This record gives sequence, structure tokens and C-alpha cells, in this order.
Amino acid sequence: MKPKTISIALGALALAATAAVAASPARRAILDGYAAKAGAPPSVARGKAFFLGTHSGGKPDISSCTSCHTRDPHKAGRTRAGKSIEPMAVSVTPSRFTDAAKVEKWFGRNCKTVLGRACTAAEKADFIAFMAGQ
Amino acid sequence: MRIPRLPFPVWPLGAALAVAGTVFAVGVFTGAGANAEDGEGMGLRPVTDKTVQAECGACHMAFPPGLLPARSWRAIMGKLDDHFGENAALDDETAKRITDYLVANAADSGNGNRRVLRGVRTNDTPLRITELPWWVREHSREVRPGAFKDPRVKSKANCGACHRGAAGGYFEDD
Repeated sequence: MKPKTISIALGALALAATAAVAASPARRAILDGYAAKAGAPPSVARGKAFFLGTHSGGKPDISSCTSCHTRDPHKAGRTRAGKSIEPMAVSVTPSRFTDAAKVEKWFGRNCKTVLGRACTAAEKADFIAFMAGQ
Repeated sequence: MRIPRLPFPVWPLGAALAVAGTVFAVGVFTGAGANAEDGEGMGLRPVTDKTVQAECGACHMAFPPGLLPARSWRAIMGKLDDHFGENAALDDETAKRITDYLVANAADSGNGNRRVLRGVRTNDTPLRITELPWWVREHSREVRPGAFKDPRVKSKANCGACHRGAAGGYFEDD
């Protein structure tokens, strides 16, 4: 294969992947915004590790996203007050990550709770990229 | 096609059901009436404001503002970044709008049911509905200890786990 063909094929692959990751224009814009701010393309694998991982610096009893969201993004989570949280997976809850203000509000709150600090733009982009493919 | 006839007349069954229903209804009604004198069971105006519903109702039910006095709502809304251990921070504009609504409809606003404030000193600012003397009294008599730790309930803030009409403002005994 000629280098040009390879680059076209790679470009097509990247496009397809991006389309799968962010089918909604609003979500796409939010994801692109964080990725641009991060200065690097989002990583689904990093997003997954971030979601499933145990973090330090925040509240010890809520040290992971999974503390409330469960380890399966396709399943409903539960708040400490007992209320159900809609699944994070975009395939189950298509409205996820389509409202920029709402996304910022919840990253703002939950990153402080779980990590004790604000999340970086890269972490946000990775997280959305992972959930968009779920 | 002929509809097969039942081998017995149907009306006595209907009558029996109706009588049973009436007896049941009267039983429930008197029960509620008697309880009301003890201060049990309560109807409160549910939250009607869309913003308040959405923001306050995101993690727990949007508690009727009539469950706390205005000073309590102001105190709660003044430190949303530590909301009973949760970060519930909001932008200033949204927070102000919610505070105004809660204060305007608080237990001591004239629209509220003052029964919830019995035993609360005027210089005290209760922050938890579940620590009001009224709430404690109601829930200590009938709720078995440990019910709030049931995984289906999880928290005293989960009114709807037992009060199925809670979202509509009905906190009768269930």
C-alpha cells in the first residue's frame, strides 16, 4: 500500500471512530472542546481506567466514580441519598454529555468529591470518549 | 357466539366487594383522622418550580420547602459546596433563584404547615429535616429500627421508599 493510501485509510478510520464516539453534534462539540483544551486527542482506554480506578485526595468513602455509578456504565447508579442515577453509557442514556453546562457542573462537583481537585480537560475528554462508546 | 353464563348470580360478589371496599375505606379514613390528631400523616405542597425540581431533585427528592423554616433554607443554600458531605455547588444565579423559592414557601412563610416547627427554638437553625422533633417523633414510633439501613431505603432522605405519594406531597402513613 502506498503511504498516501495508508494515510487516507487511517483518516477514514479515525473519522469512523470519532463518529462512533460522538454521534450527537452537541456531545461532539463538548468532547472536541475538552480535547482542544487538553491539546491531545482523547483516549477511550484512559477514560475507562479513570472511571474504574480508585483515586486519592477526595472523600475516602467515595474514592471512585463507581462508588455511585457502579462498575457497569450500562446500569443505573445510586446517590448517597438513595436516588437512582441514570446510566452513564450513552447507548443507554443518549442525553448524556449533550448539555455543556450540566457536564461542567457534574465534573466540577464529582471531581472535587472523588479526587479532591478539579479534573483536567484531558481527563474530561477521556471520560466522555469512553462513555460515548459504551 | 354465546357468552357462557356463570353458574351463580354475580351481584352478591359485587355487593360483597363493595361492602368490603367501604369498610376498608372507612377504616383507612378513621385511621388517618385519628392519626392526624396525633400529628401523623401530612400533606405538603410539592415543589412546582422547574429549576428547583431539577437541581434539588437530582440527588434526592426535591423536598417540599414547607419542611424547613426560611432561616434553614438560607443556611443550607449558603454552603452548597459542603451539602451534608456532598459537593452540590451551583452557579450564583441558579442558587439565588432556588433560595428565593424555598424561602418564599418555607414552613414559617405563612404558606407552610407550622406543625413541622413544633419544638424548634426560634434561635435554632435546623439543617436536617430528619432532625426536627416532629420528624423524629413520627418516625420513632412506627418505623422499625434498621429500616433506614435497608438497601432499598439507604437513607432517611429517601422519603419515597416508604411514602409512595411523597413526590406529590403526600406523606401519609404507608
